[in-house]
Amino acid sequence: MIGDWIDIGPTTQISPGNARTLPVQGGEEIAIFHTLDNQFYALVNKCPHKHGPLSQGIVHGNVVTCPLHSWNISLKTGEALGDDKGCVPTIPIREDAGRLYLKRDALVSAKAPEAMA
Amino acid sequence: MNAPNLVKIPEGDLRERLVVVGNGMAGCRAVEEILARDADRFAITIFGAEPRVNYNRIMLSPVLAGEKQFDDIVINTAEWYVENDITLISGDPVVAIDRAAQTVTSASGRIEAYDRLLIATGSEPFIIPVPGKDLSGVVSFRDLDDVDKMLAAAANGGHAVVIGGGLLGLEAAHGLSLRGMDVTVLHLMPTLMERQLDEAAGWLLKSELERRGQTILTGADTAEILGKDGKVVGVKLKDGREIPASIVVMAVGIRPSTALARQAGLEVERGIMVDDHMVTSDPAVMAVGECVQHRGICYGLVAPLWEMCRSLADAAVAAPTGYTGSVTSTKLKVSGIDLFSAGDFSGGADCEDIVMRDAARGVYKRVIVKDNKLVGAVLYGDTADGSWYFDLLKREEDVSDIREALIFGQAFAQGGGALADPNAAVAALSDDAEVCGCNGVTKGTVVSTIKGGACSLDAVRSQCKASASCGSCTGLVESLLKLTLGDDVKSGPKTLCKCTTFSHDDVRRLIVEKELKAIPQVMQELTWKTPDGCASCRPALNYYLLCAWPGEYVDDQQSRFVNERMHANIQKDGTYSVVPRMWGGVTTPDELRAIADAADKYQARLVKVTGGQRIDLFGIKKEDLPAIWGDLNAAGMVSGHAYGKSLRTVKTCVGSEWCRFGTQDSTGLGIKAEQMTWGSWMPHKFKIAVSGCPRNCAEATIKDFGVICVDSGYELHVGGNGGIHVRATDLLSKVTTEQEALDVCAAFIQLYREQAWYLERTAPWIERVGLDYVKAQLFDDPEAVAKLAERFHYSQQFMQDDPWARRAAGEDSELHQHLAEFRPFPTMQMKEAAE
Ligand code: SRM
Ligand SMILES: Cc1cc2nc3c(=O)[nH]c(=O)nc-3n(C[C@H](O)[C@H](O)[C@H](O)COP(=O)(O)OP(=O)(O)OC[C@H]3O[C@@H](n4cnc5c(N)ncnc54)[C@H](O)[C@@H]3O)c2cc1C
Ligand code: SF4
Ligand code: FES
Repeated sequence: MIGDWIDIGPTTQISPGNARTLPVQGGEEIAIFHTLDNQFYALVNKCPHKHGPLSQGIVHGNVVTCPLHSWNISLKTGEALGDDKGCVPTIPIREDAGRLYLKRDALVSAKAPEAMA
Repeated sequence: MNAPNLVKIPEGDLRERLVVVGNGMAGCRAVEEILARDADRFAITIFGAEPRVNYNRIMLSPVLAGEKQFDDIVINTAEWYVENDITLISGDPVVAIDRAAQTVTSASGRIEAYDRLLIATGSEPFIIPVPGKDLSGVVSFRDLDDVDKMLAAAANGGHAVVIGGGLLGLEAAHGLSLRGMDVTVLHLMPTLMERQLDEAAGWLLKSELERRGQTILTGADTAEILGKDGKVVGVKLKDGREIPASIVVMAVGIRPSTALARQAGLEVERGIMVDDHMVTSDPAVMAVGECVQHRGICYGLVAPLWEMCRSLADAAVAAPTGYTGSVTSTKLKVSGIDLFSAGDFSGGADCEDIVMRDAARGVYKRVIVKDNKLVGAVLYGDTADGSWYFDLLKREEDVSDIREALIFGQAFAQGGGALADPNAAVAALSDDAEVCGCNGVTKGTVVSTIKGGACSLDAVRSQCKASASCGSCTGLVESLLKLTLGDDVKSGPKTLCKCTTFSHDDVRRLIVEKELKAIPQVMQELTWKTPDGCASCRPALNYYLLCAWPGEYVDDQQSRFVNERMHANIQKDGTYSVVPRMWGGVTTPDELRAIADAADKYQARLVKVTGGQRIDLFGIKKEDLPAIWGDLNAAGMVSGHAYGKSLRTVKTCVGSEWCRFGTQDSTGLGIKAEQMTWGSWMPHKFKIAVSGCPRNCAEATIKDFGVICVDSGYELHVGGNGGIHVRATDLLSKVTTEQEALDVCAAFIQLYREQAWYLERTAPWIERVGLDYVKAQLFDDPEAVAKLAERFHYSQQFMQDDPWARRAAGEDSELHQHLAEFRPFPTMQMKEAAE
């Protein structure tokens, strides 16, 4: 658990249906989601469309609807759903004994794709 | 070392010595598996902390509930130990392991040598570290002693509090409630058993338990256990509520019991690390049960333990087979509640979610299919097919052939051939089979209605009432339409969204008729096709419920668009804009100074006068929002709701006070209107304007409600809109006093609130229903305006509560804060995730 995975605190910090953010110095801000069926996901907090803050979207099932132009993004894969095309990096996350851990190297290397014109 | 205490092996016994620590379910099962393979291999000694033989722990729930006695749940009687030549040392826990000497020491000082050691210490209940946790009357739910304590408390009746709404907590609550106690369950999460159930099933469970008289408080965070003279008297929550209790059961979770192993220097993470043969980091030491961690997982149910015991025995005495991990399923042992969950029900893009709800029978079923395989299932109300689904899941069977019928269960899906196609199954129904249980409509009636010209679901609903009530037979009616008309089926009016077959009007009507008061309840009763809705229906349902049950319904923040959740408008760069209310467009030097100070302090990147006669501060960071609101509040300003589907602005002109043409005090009336209507949630945004004369400088004729003052009184206009399709208002009526103008304004708003569809502004609403309809609703009955206005004012008493003030005072602060900050290249070994 130590080394590869970074402890980001207790699961209770994010209530179901919500997301919280984790800025990474020199990297991309990460959004950590807690869905209504109690799963956790971590994605770069930038919509593949025009970099809308996904953490602020409505969460339903395993999808977040971007707050800016309502693209639906899969929390599992980071991919835009439906007719929209684009993908945002996901960061492996695990829950253990009530705490959340993010994969260190993914956290550091995650890069948002260019926003679309 | 206490050599004299060492127990001597009988002379001539050449068997290896196996010592087992833990006389519980896994420890004894492992011994049974070993004996079954080779009864003569080991001389076995079992230490048990509990002063009794091995029993079936999972049956403690029925013992508590009075359905079973301890004798009924014993697995291995004293004779069994004797017959199998096992030395049982009960009531004497092992306190130390010496791996170098290969001995264990018990609390009483007994020392036992081993060739092979098996650790099966199970789990310990997790005790939340709150003040009062050590009071007498605070118990956990793990062994028979705990049950005895609960039974003793129950004998005196009174109140019991169970902390934890998971499997154990709910079984404890059920037992105590059957024993006559008044039970309150406190659960931290918003839904019960959130690890096993999704929101929909969790909600059904909660309503059933409440129906049985238990009080279930979700989102309840325990602050303290209250005591008197060393005994528990109640529980205090972080929100200040106090619940009386003569007994408090803590059932918030378990932790693998690893202290002994850790002390002995074995490799331990969350649990004792074992390989696929249940061997720990020391080849002479095995471990099994809830105390172990296998391939990263610690289990809390018996089924995986049985598999572990099998592989342990195979490796210890026969040919190693290896254990590779288990998929688990859950059932709740509360009589009369059927609930099953298994696998991964998190769904997602690459998964297909199949949901079936039968509101009349209280059934909710959801199966999740991925790559043609069943990966998860949640069943509530009808769990007959649980084991079939579980089997499909474990065997990773390809379900593509039965995909269509999967949700209907085994009998249906494996009926084979024609039956696997639901349409064919419906075709096979007899004419007098009842299709719609709510309205007693048979298949024959539905078919003849369709043949009589009803070509859409909606037409069938209105003509023969089938599927018009709860909608659970919608699938059947749709099949009948398809069978009868083939491709000529017409789609009905727009449904609320793809999650339902009901239209906005139907949903609004049914919420009131069936007294539906929560989003999961609406979804269950109206047979939603998705487990928790989508970004279209959640906000709509939240509004409809808020409108239908003022003061009663608790707003669901997770169903609101970001602007309404953050009480500010999100900008393209993720910052926010902040607009304080400026009543009727009138301000003061003090307010302007406070706005200017706030703009400086929070580094607003743009200060702009809006088209709605107030000031917008742009580029505010989400972290700064509570503070800037606090500053604006301090200067007497409240939220302008520039972000809401709610009353926005009331635009006014200068009016008779100053203007040479003014006929009435338009500014004053506008301020009164804004003070009456601010804070109200609506189907869409709502704008008001009051112009002092027909020159109409406040542009009242493109507002949702516009007043044009004239000499003889006030002309009231409705349904105006700027936007892409400009629409000028219609004249609704003319009144002579300010009060009448305000009354009609309140009544019109309430009519719009109660009848329009979510995201429909007044302009398209009036175009749809017609101005005459609106006039008839308001004026045909001379009492109508007063009644509507009264309902509006009633709901306003709960709405006119500045959301900024609550946030500035700290409510929902986590929405504004980062979780932590990560600095990837620390110069020293330091804690990286702050907070
Ligand atoms: C700030 C403001 C522009 C300005 O600088 O003046 C503005 C800004 C926005 N308007 Fe507006 N509208 C503003 C006055 C207007 C007006 C003029 C008025 O109210 O007199 C109109 C035409 C009148 C009307 O509403 O009918 C107007 C018609 C719209 C529309 C089209 C509405 C429609 O029914 O078609 C939208 C889009 C929507 O709501 O779906 C919109 C949406 C927006 C949004 C909220 C876009 C969005 O969803 O993010 C803009 C938010 C910017 C922000 O972050 O603050 N805005 N908008 C005005 C705020 C008024 C206020 O004090 O609250
Ligand atoms: C009320 C209740 C209801 C449950 N219902 C279900 C259910 O419906 N389905 C399901 O699958 N599971 C259920 N479980 C869980 C199930 O009982 C456990 O998974 C199972 O008992 C674990 O077996 P184990 O041998 O690992 O631990 P245990 O059965 O707890 O056995 C461990 C034993 O080791 C003893 N011990 C600990 N330390 C020492 C020591 N140092 N020296 C000597 N002895 C020691 C303990 O006293 C205990 O007797 C339930 C549990 C409870 C409490
Ligand atoms: S007119 Fe368009 S660009 Fe300007 S504020 Fe309104 S929505 Fe934004
Ligand atoms: S930025 Fe997310 S949808 Fe446009």
